[in-house]
Parts: sequence; structure tokens; C-alpha cells
Amino acid sequence: MNHQPSLTGIGASVRRTEDMRFIRGKGRYTDDIALAGQTYAYVLRSTHAHAAVRSIGTAAAKKAPGVLLVLTSADISTLGGLPCGWLIHNKDGSPMKEPKHPVLAEGKVRHVGDPVAVVVAETYAQARDAAELIDIDYTQIPAVVDMAKALNSPGIHEAAPNNVCFDWQLGDEAATNAAFSKAAHVTKLDLVNNRLAPNAIEPRCCIGDFNSATGEHTIYTSNQNPHVIRLLAGAFVLATPEHKIRVVAPDVGGGFGSKIYLYAEEIIVTVAAQKLGRPVKWNSDRSEAFLSDAQGRDHKTTAELALDKDGKFLGLRVNTLANMGAYLSTFSTAIPTYLHGTLLAGNYTTPAIYVNVKAVFTNTVPVDAYRGAGRPEATFLLERIIDLAAIETKRDPAELRRLNFIKPNQFPYQTPVALTYDTGNYDATLDMALKAADYKNFPARKTEAKKHGKLRGIGIATYIEACGIAPSNIMGALGARAGGYECGTIRVNPTGSVTVLTGSHSHGQGHETTFAQLVSDKLGIPFEQIEIVHGDTAKVPFGMGTYGSRSLAVGGSALVNAADKIIAKGKKIAAHMLEVSDQDLVFENGAFKVAGTDKQKTLGEVAFQAYVPHNFPLETLEPGLDETAYYDPKNFTYPAGCYICEVEIDPQTGVTKIVNFCAADDFGKIINPMIVEGQVQGGLAQGIGQALLEHCIYNEDGQLVTGSYMDYAMPRADDLPMYNVMLTDKPTPCTHNPLGVKGCGEAGAIGSPPAVINAVVNALSEYGITHIDMPATPQAVWRAIQNAKQ
Amino acid sequence: MPQVNLTVNGKAVTIEIEGRTLLVQLLREKLGLTGTHVGCDTSQCGACVVHMNGVSVKSCTVLAHQAEDADVTTIEGLASGADLHPMQAAFREHHGLQCGFCTPGMIMSAVDLVRRHPNPDEQTVRDELDGNLCRCTGYANIVKAVMAGAKAMAAN
Amino acid sequence: MYDFQYQRPATILDVQKALASSPEAMLLAGGQTLIPTLKMRLRKPSLLVDLSGLRAFNEIQAIGEKIAIGAMATHAAVAANPNLKKRLPALADLAAGIGDAQVRHRGTIGGSIANADPAADYPAAVVALNADIITDKRTIAADRFFKGLFETALEPGEIITNVHFKKPEVAAYIKFPNPASRFALVGVFVAKFKDGVRVAVTGAAPSVFRVPSWEEALSASFDPYVIDVDTVPTEGLNSDIHASSDYRAHLLGVLARRAVTACR
Repeated sequence: MNHQPSLTGIGASVRRTEDMRFIRGKGRYTDDIALAGQTYAYVLRSTHAHAAVRSIGTAAAKKAPGVLLVLTSADISTLGGLPCGWLIHNKDGSPMKEPKHPVLAEGKVRHVGDPVAVVVAETYAQARDAAELIDIDYTQIPAVVDMAKALNSPGIHEAAPNNVCFDWQLGDEAATNAAFSKAAHVTKLDLVNNRLAPNAIEPRCCIGDFNSATGEHTIYTSNQNPHVIRLLAGAFVLATPEHKIRVVAPDVGGGFGSKIYLYAEEIIVTVAAQKLGRPVKWNSDRSEAFLSDAQGRDHKTTAELALDKDGKFLGLRVNTLANMGAYLSTFSTAIPTYLHGTLLAGNYTTPAIYVNVKAVFTNTVPVDAYRGAGRPEATFLLERIIDLAAIETKRDPAELRRLNFIKPNQFPYQTPVALTYDTGNYDATLDMALKAADYKNFPARKTEAKKHGKLRGIGIATYIEACGIAPSNIMGALGARAGGYECGTIRVNPTGSVTVLTGSHSHGQGHETTFAQLVSDKLGIPFEQIEIVHGDTAKVPFGMGTYGSRSLAVGGSALVNAADKIIAKGKKIAAHMLEVSDQDLVFENGAFKVAGTDKQKTLGEVAFQAYVPHNFPLETLEPGLDETAYYDPKNFTYPAGCYICEVEIDPQTGVTKIVNFCAADDFGKIINPMIVEGQVQGGLAQGIGQALLEHCIYNEDGQLVTGSYMDYAMPRADDLPMYNVMLTDKPTPCTHNPLGVKGCGEAGAIGSPPAVINAVVNALSEYGITHIDMPATPQAVWRAIQNAKQ
Repeated sequence: MPQVNLTVNGKAVTIEIEGRTLLVQLLREKLGLTGTHVGCDTSQCGACVVHMNGVSVKSCTVLAHQAEDADVTTIEGLASGADLHPMQAAFREHHGLQCGFCTPGMIMSAVDLVRRHPNPDEQTVRDELDGNLCRCTGYANIVKAVMAGAKAMAAN
Repeated sequence: MYDFQYQRPATILDVQKALASSPEAMLLAGGQTLIPTLKMRLRKPSLLVDLSGLRAFNEIQAIGEKIAIGAMATHAAVAANPNLKKRLPALADLAAGIGDAQVRHRGTIGGSIANADPAADYPAAVVALNADIITDKRTIAADRFFKGLFETALEPGEIITNVHFKKPEVAAYIKFPNPASRFALVGVFVAKFKDGVRVAVTGAAPSVFRVPSWEEALSASFDPYVIDVDTVPTEGLNSDIHASSDYRAHLLGVLARRAVTACR
């Protein structure tokens, strides 16, 4: 791009625009909005994991002080169910089982927290007080929370006998079996990917508002993709056309996947607001969030890796049970399949891979994408089994990985599980991490720790992820019911300032800064004159939203294309102003210049003329300077890297302390290094949290034992180290998007769990321990040691 | 309904509230000071931290009536006018926030931390922030921001 | 929360009167346990009687060989008290480790003791330091005060006014925090007096308890290695997702040794 290096352009760690409101308490989150006449909804939820609902007595609640409305499923019987966005097919080609996900329970509850009734009152306290007067006659049914047990239990849904949602496969089973038959060594590992609660610190909140004069609904909601919510809510549940629904997602306090989906409460407030003729707000408390926000992960896997005598991987066989919970959440079915099975080649040349995934209904909260979504599960199993193979075949885990890496000259690389990696350099990030972690001197540190009674361990994990979701044609072929493009509009205003409208919602990622840097760079306009607008379907033409590390790769690319359209249009206007041909113009540093002369018009001058077209040749030149582009990627992007974790374990208590964590990532081209490093750090904390602390535990009755921060261990500042986050010195820019960017939001959460667990297992190796499940809590580590001693 | 009298960000406030009204509800719902957030119901996340009579408290775990005659400062009252408090500036400079939801509580805790530990080291900051949860940043940049903010506060 | 009336009397007499005015009246100290409990709708008081109006109730002073801590002294005040830090540092350290900074600014010693949470820190100090709990009616010895899970010797309407701690030669408290709540998964307070050693354990069982075998061994020889790590029987110990009873029993021994080593 033609410009002088800038303090605010691409590559600069510009301090964030959005911070100015957040640090002063001037953010505007959904619960900060108070509409005139606003009322409050309380959702009464099932206390049973599985029960028939015989009757719901609402008479007393309706008479309680302040109560305006009480709803049960009988009151909203015309509504559709909450849709699932991705159709998966079974091995035999038949479609998955897709039982209805009602907004309010219809005759049956299927998990603790399943919404049964709603009370709307003048105050939240009144609504909650009145909800206690609702009399529900439940007949309990035995609950099933364990996936293996669910496969031999009566169906939670009539439509899904034995609770199988689908039985899916990918890869060449015969070729994989053949590879195993000629293997010199086979490593087998059973492992669990623990269920997590996403826990954005802002609980979900939504407000329904109905304009009876226009018939328009406005839904304010803490959500990552307002246009998708409008589409799903309108087309599938409310049967209301898009132009009568406006969805506003204002400042959103973190998402991590959990705010992608359409939830019952968004429908409830919309319907209630129309019935009442007043705005209705629902705000989750944290206890409710644990029972109503989609949870993440929850896989049980058996993996087998075949190696030849030199350590080359010959084949990988994976059998996974994936917990769907009680209902199919919006993108739930895509996670263990196309975001998991397709990643099982990892960074390696394994020629034959076969994966079978059975998705299972249980009496638990629905499971869907959580930061990384499928890719952490794939990476964890792969990086764990490689470490185990290294132990069993007495190889250095770094060198075993290197031996099997796809090398830079092998790209584009077609994996046996459907993906084509465009570019990468895995040796470079491995070398960078090994050096930073001082890998070669680890034995000396281990010996030193031993003197102090501590067990020291080091663990390596490499990862690759498929980001920038996604090419619509591939998605469609795989069963997606939506596209994967993004939309961006650049509007150069008459006085030269720029308004950018993007479908990529920002809820912590810093789009207001990064996107402004990008547009500033592209159009040569000062950073300060650019405003980024997102999160309102009435303002932004369209959008698919923020998830899967796609904002910059897809949303940013849409803006590049929109900027190119602005430049092309601007050239026509400038050509008219300068009385030259637009072929003779070049655009440099924010001005249209006649090549070889000093004649030029700035973008500001052109913009003014665009809106004051007094002498435009209107038959060939349209007024205005406002361009929209939709960008649909040709392929996924493939960020990759290497993480090395070093731990010290106190064998007396089982406490694991992370003493060093080095991350070397290749995200291709970088717009704002400060923000990128921040994204990695945040991902690392979530991955380390999964590895050492976090776990959603249900008891046999289906009660969530870890239903608050009293029992669900959230990572705190003193649980975590200062990370050494590095961006590779040999980046491999994405080959197919105009920015060369790959996405950085999920990497930390994908690569860190196996690095941590590999380090813990390495520390415990003197006891002969070769595996420990996540989270490796003090108790779990202590027990592993005790069991090994026996 | 009973009344409560207190000072919020330097202004005297008299307001009618129920017995059960929490300080955070008074601030957010009655006074429109929505910079103070609520992120949990077990007094652990710290998104609601404000200063009451000069020390940090969780406003979700204080009854509004308990603040009778108290002097309360919220994130909105931390700096004067258009200026930023040095701790606010440090959070921005060191990228100590992402979604911004935990940030007001985090900053209020940090300012109080520095009152008690004027020149805190990394471990002190980590230990003293155990009442504040952040899900976005992984804390590293928060810790850096607090240490830098402490230095800036000392210099002011 | 259910709604309730609120009063903040200025004298103990008025507190007693207010408390007697309604059978569902409850005392409110710092509220750091009670308010979350109310938010979960687990209690339904008609009236909360706030003790914070009683000015003299938060004093910390030395009375002869004892240290008297007013029931309304906050954890932060105990942690920062210079006299206490010099004369009974183990207690100041314990207070400095309760909850988080914000909880310490509000939570009180009286509230903590009266609540008798099995995972609270103060009960370990009260028992190990053989404290006297002074109420508006009488003095209760530590060994007779804690009766069980959230259960104490306090009668309905009885108000803790003060806690008198005996000064040991040396003492220390070590806790192993619950990874989620940061309450004590187990905590061990060791106090060495002229006439013997007292060891009190919190977090491990429904109520704080002493370990006589360790007390005897340590009284004979104040050396961490006289503690047999796995002596506490697992029977009767708490067992939950964070720690089974055998893990708790083991941790107790480890912490007891570390507490002896840390004594000062």
C-alpha cells in the first residue's frame, strides 16, 4: 500500500479507540439501556434434569403485585422452535435427528435450567417474587448425563432413540486400517475433553421493544452476530420478515462463542413486548448463565496413532462421543464434525486418517462453540497422542513433531480430511519456541527443582486451526444453512470523514481500532477521522458476525474490497474534476494524482464533489461516495504455531504452577501487534483454565454441581504467569485474502491445553504416569501420584 | 419507603429505596451510573467494585442502606472532567482491557490496591486482584497496567 | 432477595430491642456472607439489624496478656493493625488471607465466627488460640463455641461483642484454598503456648476441630516431623468435587507440618 510508515496504519500498536469509553465507565452494554416504560422478565427454569410437566398453575402469580404478564408454552404455541444451523449426515447418508427445541418447555423438561414459564412485572424483584407462586406439577424421569450410558437409555427425545443425534464419519477407513496393519508401533489413548462454561463476564441480557404503529420489533441483545439473530428469529421462530425486526448488539462484554446463538430469552422478550405494548428486559444472573448459556467441549475420545519404525506417522484413527446436551444449539452439530474431524491432520503429513463421531443427547445444558470450537478438541487429542507416542518410542517430542511436519515446500497441502492448507512454516515457530523456552537446558532446571522437592516438567504443543470461517460453497456442501461471507461498507462523508459499517461485531477484539487502521492505511485518511459502526441491523447492511477468528480475514477483507471500490469510484470523480481520463490517475497517500504531474485531488475534495455534483455527467457518473462489498473467502485461513509450557508440581499437595509459557504464532500479516498479543494472552488464559482449573460437573441426577463461582474455578490473576507471546519472524501470509491475515482470536485456547498437560505428564513421568485428564487440579495430580505409587 | 442519604461522586444524594436494594442497584438503576457492572451473584467477579469511604467494596454485596452517610466513588467519579486518572490511562496504554466489562471494577480495585501497596511488585498485584475476574485479557496486561499506574500515581 | 426492613441502632440496647421486635429479625455485621445468602433467597428475614452503628465494637486493643478484638472489626483492620502484627502476627496474616480485598474491607470477625462456615478461616484461630467469645450475655470458651455445620453455642438473639485471644509463644496458619471459591479447602492453625500446643483445623469437616495426637506430639517436641502426615482418619471429613476426604486428610498433615515450620 502506498504510504509512508504511519503511527496509526497497518503494523502499528495503536492504542484502542474503544478504551476511552470503557475506562471511564461510559460503555453501553445491554443492561445499561433503560427504555421508557421498561418492564422486567424473570424466566422460571426447571429444577429437574428430566421430567414430564403435568400442569403449570399460574393463577396466583398473575395476581401478584406488579405482575403484567405470565407466559407458558401454551401462550406461544404458534412459534417455531429454536433452529439448528448445520445439518449433519450420518454414515449411511441419512440426516441427523433434529428434535424441536421449544422456546418454553412443551410438556417435558430436559435439563436443569430448561425455561418453563416467564413472568413479566414492573420490577425484576416483583417478577422473581411472583415466579415463586407458579405451581408446576412435575413427574420426574430418570436423567442421563453420561454419554456412554445415554446410548443405552431411552431417548430424551422421541425422535432420537438411544439418544444418538448423528453417527458421522470422515476420512478413508480402509486406507487407515491398512496403515495400522503395517505399523511398527501403535499408540492408543483414551481421553476426555472437559466440559466448560464460557463465562463472559457480562451475563447475557436482552430487551424486546415493539412499535405498534409500524409493527417493528427491536431486539437489543448481548450478541456476537445481530444479523444472524434477526434471520434466525424472524424466519424460523417468529415468522416475521426481516424488515420488521431490528437487532441491536451494543457494547458486549465478551462472547467466546456463547453469544453467537439464538436463545429462548431473545424470543421471549420480543413476544412479551408485543403482547404488553411495553419494552421487556431480561437480564441473566450468573447462576442462570451456568444453566442457560451454551457450554463448550465435552468429548470422550479414543485415539490411535500408527507409526513406522522411523517415527513417521502412518495413520490416525479417532472415535469420539460428543455431548450435544439436551437440545441442538445453533451451531452445535458443526463443532465435533467439520471443526474437529477436519483438523485431525494437524501440522503433520499423516497420510491416512479416519474419524467417527457419535453425537449424543443428554440431560445437560446444550453444548456449542466455545473459543476454538472443535479445533481445541482435535489439537488436544493429536498433541497428547504424539507425546505419548514419543514416550513409547523413546523419541524427543520436539523431534518427533519435526519429523512429521508438513514442510514449507509442500504447500498447498491437501490433507486426508478435506482441508487444503495454503501456506505455513511449522519448523520456524517450533524453533522459535524451543529457543525462547531454553528447551535444551531443561534437564538442568529439572534437577535443580528436584533439590527443592518439586517436579518440573516441560510440554510442547503445535497447533493448526482453520479460521476465517468460511467459504460459503464449502460450508454449503457440508450442510451449513448459512453463508460464510462478510459485508462491509465504507462511506466517505461530504467533508472527508469516513464512516465504516461492518458486519463483524466487536466485543473485546478491538475492531474499532484495527479496522480504522486498515481503512486509514488503505485510503490515506487520518485514523481519527474514521468511525467504525457495528452491531445494528438498521445501520449495517448485512453481516455474519464474529466467531471463528474471522473478523479481520473475512470482515477486514470485505473492507479492503469496499475501499478498492471507493478508490475506483473516486478516480472517476477525480478524472472528471481534473479533466483527465481515470486511466491516467494513481491513488497515493489519500490523493488522486495525474501520473508524472503535480496535478491532484485529495479524497476529501473528491468526496465533497461527490455530494455536490453540480456539473457531473450524470449519465456516466453517479453522485455519492459510498461503497459496499461482500467478501466470501476462497478457503479457510490456517494460523499455526508452537506453544511450550514449563511447570513445577508440588508432589505433596498436587499443586501445579506454570513457571514459563512461550507461545510462537504465525498469523500471517499483522495489523495491530498489541491487540494480537492481547488476543493470544486471553486465549492462553482460557486454555490454561481448561487444563488446570475449569470443569462443568453434573451429578447423576443432572444437577450442575459447578453452578457458580463457588465451585466453577475461573482463572484469576494469581493462577496465571506472565506469558512470553511471540509472533514468528518468518510469517507466511495467507495466500488468498487481500490482507494476508489469518486470525488470532482462538489460537491461545487451542494450543495451550495440550502444552500444559504435556508438561504436567512430563513432570510426573518419574512415577510412570503417561496421561492425566483435564483439569489437572491439585487433587487430580495428587491422586495420579498415589495411584502410580501403588 | 425508607430513605437513604449518601454522597456519590461528590454529590449529595437522598433517595427512597426498599430495604433489599443493593448499593449497585442504587447506583445503576436510581442514579444511572451504569459504569459499575454486575457479573456474578456470589461476590467474586468484582465488576461492581466501587470505593466507599475511601476503600474498595463490592457494591453487589453492600445494601444501599449500609451506605447511609457514606462517601461513594464510582468509575465515573474517579477522574475530574476530561482528564483520565493515571490508572485509567495506564489500562489503555498497556492494553489492560478488551471487552471492557470488568474494567471499571478492575480499575477501582487497582486504585485501592495502590493505596495499600504504593509500589507493588507483580506477585502483589496478582494476589491483590483475586477479587476481580477478567475473561478476556489473561491478566498479563492488567498486571502491567496496574504496576505502571502505581508509578504514575506516585509521580502525580 | 425478599424484601425486609433495615435498622442501624446506635446502642446495644436498641439492637437487642430491634432484634426482639420480630421473630424473623436477623443481625447484619459486614454482610459478606449474609447478603449473598439473601440474594440466593435462602433466608427470608423480616428485619436486618445492622451492628455497624455500634462505634466501640470495632476496636482492637491489648488487655494484659490478651488481645481483644471487637466483633465489628473488619478483616482488613485486623490484618493491618500494627499492635496485632507485632504481638500476634499469625492472626493478622490469617485475616489478610480471608476472601479478597473487598471482602476484607467489609467482613467482620464477629460475623465470621457467628456464621461458623465450615470453610471459614477465623474458627481455626479462635480454637487454636483458645479464645474467649464475649457476648452481650456471657463469655464462651472457644472449645465450647463451635457446635457443627453453621452451628454455634450462641442462643437466639445473643450478640458477640468481642473476641479475646490469648497470646501464644509462636503460631501460624496455613490454608489450602479451594481453587474456585478460595475459601479454605483445609486450613491448619498451630499455636504453641507455654503449657502446650494447640492445633485447629478448618475446612476439613462440618466444623472446626482439634487434633489431639498432633498436639501431644508437638507439645513434646515442636518439630514438623513429629507430625505423621496421614494420621487424621478420613471418616467424618468433608468430601466434595474439589477434595475427597482422603485428599483432605493428607493435606492436613502437609499443612500442619508447614504451619509448624512457619511459626513465628
